[in-house]
Amino acid sequence: MPLATHLSALAASLFSLLVIGSLLLAFVMLGSRWLKDYLLAFAAQSWLIAILSAAVAYYGGYAELYIIAALTALFRGVVLPWMILHIVRRLDVDRELHERLSPSFGLVIGALLTVFAFVVSDHLSASLGFSGTVVVLALTVMLSMKLIGFLMLAVRGEAISQILGLLILENGIFLGSQILVPGMPMLIELVILFDLLIVVACFGILVRYLVAHAGATDASSLRRLVG
Amino acid sequence: MTAPLVITILLAPLAAIIACLLGRRPRVAEYANLAAAIVVFAAAVRLPADTLTGPQWFVSRYLIVDALGAWVLLCTACVYLLGSIYAVGYMRTLREDARLPRFYALYAGFALTMLAAPLMNNVGVYWISIELTTLVSTFLVCFELGRESIEAGWKYIVVVSAGITLALLGTVLYYWSGSLVIGPTYDMTWDALRRVAPHTNPVLATAAFLLVTVGFGTKVGLAPMHTWLPDAHSEGPTPVSVMLSGALLNSAVIGIVRYLDVSDAGHLGALPRGVTVALGAFSLFVAALFIVRQTGIKRLMAYSSIEHMGIIMLGFGFGGALGIAGAMYHMLNHSLNKSLMFFGAGNAMRKWGTKDIDAIRNVPRHTPVSGWLWLAGAVAITGAPPFGLFLSELTILRAGMAGRYSWAVYVMVVLLIVIFIGFLNHFRKLYFDDATVAPRDPALQAEVEENLKRNRHFPTLWCIVPMWLSLIPILVLGLWWPDFFLRFFAMVARSLNAGAGL
Repeated sequence: MPLATHLSALAASLFSLLVIGSLLLAFVMLGSRWLKDYLLAFAAQSWLIAILSAAVAYYGGYAELYIIAALTALFRGVVLPWMILHIVRRLDVDRELHERLSPSFGLVIGALLTVFAFVVSDHLSASLGFSGTVVVLALTVMLSMKLIGFLMLAVRGEAISQILGLLILENGIFLGSQILVPGMPMLIELVILFDLLIVVACFGILVRYLVAHAGATDASSLRRLVG
Repeated sequence: MTAPLVITILLAPLAAIIACLLGRRPRVAEYANLAAAIVVFAAAVRLPADTLTGPQWFVSRYLIVDALGAWVLLCTACVYLLGSIYAVGYMRTLREDARLPRFYALYAGFALTMLAAPLMNNVGVYWISIELTTLVSTFLVCFELGRESIEAGWKYIVVVSAGITLALLGTVLYYWSGSLVIGPTYDMTWDALRRVAPHTNPVLATAAFLLVTVGFGTKVGLAPMHTWLPDAHSEGPTPVSVMLSGALLNSAVIGIVRYLDVSDAGHLGALPRGVTVALGAFSLFVAALFIVRQTGIKRLMAYSSIEHMGIIMLGFGFGGALGIAGAMYHMLNHSLNKSLMFFGAGNAMRKWGTKDIDAIRNVPRHTPVSGWLWLAGAVAITGAPPFGLFLSELTILRAGMAGRYSWAVYVMVVLLIVIFIGFLNHFRKLYFDDATVAPRDPALQAEVEENLKRNRHFPTLWCIVPMWLSLIPILVLGLWWPDFFLRFFAMVARSLNAGAGL
């Protein structure tokens, strides 16, 4: 039996709270145009996911998830935001200047995407016989964070915002996988954590190139190559 | 016998990386990389024969050596060797000697990640190795540090990383679908997924397959997820373009093929194959449009890669012994032929100092040997006999006629003809149009004349020998389909259940 279907009421509501909190933070990122706010929201979201891992470890009896929780808090909650903060400081940009969509309009589209994600996950969970459990919520948030991440990638021009968009994409998967597949081999999760660090390191170097040779950190000005 | 070969294939590039970083001298680095490429090639050539008896596993089943993987390794090793020979001559002309050791360390690292990916038996680790290929090659794409190459590198890493997260989501869903059947914790190998597939929920499995296909399809460069490909392939240094096009794309194709096999085992109906065929046909369509109107010489080659990835997906999508044989044969032919095409394009680009097709004229007069080899390659890559691609495309067409996707065969034939005309029309202009650059741009013309004078001694032997080395095998493979290949492809088709008996 999967973990998600035989939870106590307390555990189920705790999981739901954490999952919905993460989704709200994704909306905070979508609705803000200050890079520091994004970063704070991302760090807070990562901490929520870490707490979720610990909760799953406690209620599901997956001891190795405690390690994942600690590493998530350390890497995604501290190291990654710190690395990005470092880049932000070096670049001396503090707000998104080139959004193609006003934050309020972005929020509306984000809400629509969440509804779409809910419809899909409701259908999927119904076919699996999980209607009304925390599985529906986990799937919804996983898919909607994915869609919100893509939305941010599409409408934000600042290089840092694009990195954060990518990180939300992965946060969504991380969050969903804690609830859906808590038993997924630890090796994979560990390597994906490290992988993320490398991604951000690469982005850091690239951004530096961008400043040195293209003269701006605004990725939307990179539009010479077409056709 | 297999274990030492695998160890050699993985350790040789690693040794080259260390030598490049420790040696710190450009000549040491280039020869270390070349030596590694030769060793890898020598080992990879012997690998396919070892897999005829069935797959083998190593390192507590984390590594798999099966026929499909060995074949992709062979393609990668060929391209790595050709690219390394070419790089020696090409990179010297960039006058960036101080940064060459770093270039070759990255080059060998890129080769290492691509050689590792087909060997991964764990689905999650395979995903990670594909992600690593992106990270390493980004720095190769923007090695020249021009404005365009940084733009290309940025687009490459953002688009491909975003796409590949969809594949991660698909992988998680696959794991979930399995965990509902055999319990929450198991080793997520290709074998386990295939075994559990018949018992999983079809809706979930279909959703997972679609996510995985779109995700890895981004890396393969299937339209409409191909947007990064022309930029990355045209802006990187030519030896990098060769590796991206001839080797990297194949290592992502193998993921889609394996997932296709898993969904065949799950009896998901017509949808997975239908999607594969449709993506392949659409890639051909997009490539045809852009090839006809192309103005950049390396972008032309990049769109041709999209075309050929489309053809390979069609082959695997049609399935059956014939389709699989055709697609695999096409992989090898394309790897060799596209290397030749990029070598020719790189030579022309260096010689004329521009990527603009309209500025390059009278190719055979300025670069006789390289020019004629390039033209032969152009005829081959458009699928004309007597070269290998003609044979493999014909096999794929025949496989398509036998199955239920005959509409795709007609689409493919029409588009191949369009591409043949469009592609060779560019070469007609390059070779036989006597008019030089349009007079409206005298500055460009003066610059080109200047470049032609300055680069009198280019291309050197380093840049011509790999062209011969790729043309001869394509010609041989077009005239003679070795008996070993027949047995080998039959073996692959059996291991993939011949596309579930389609």
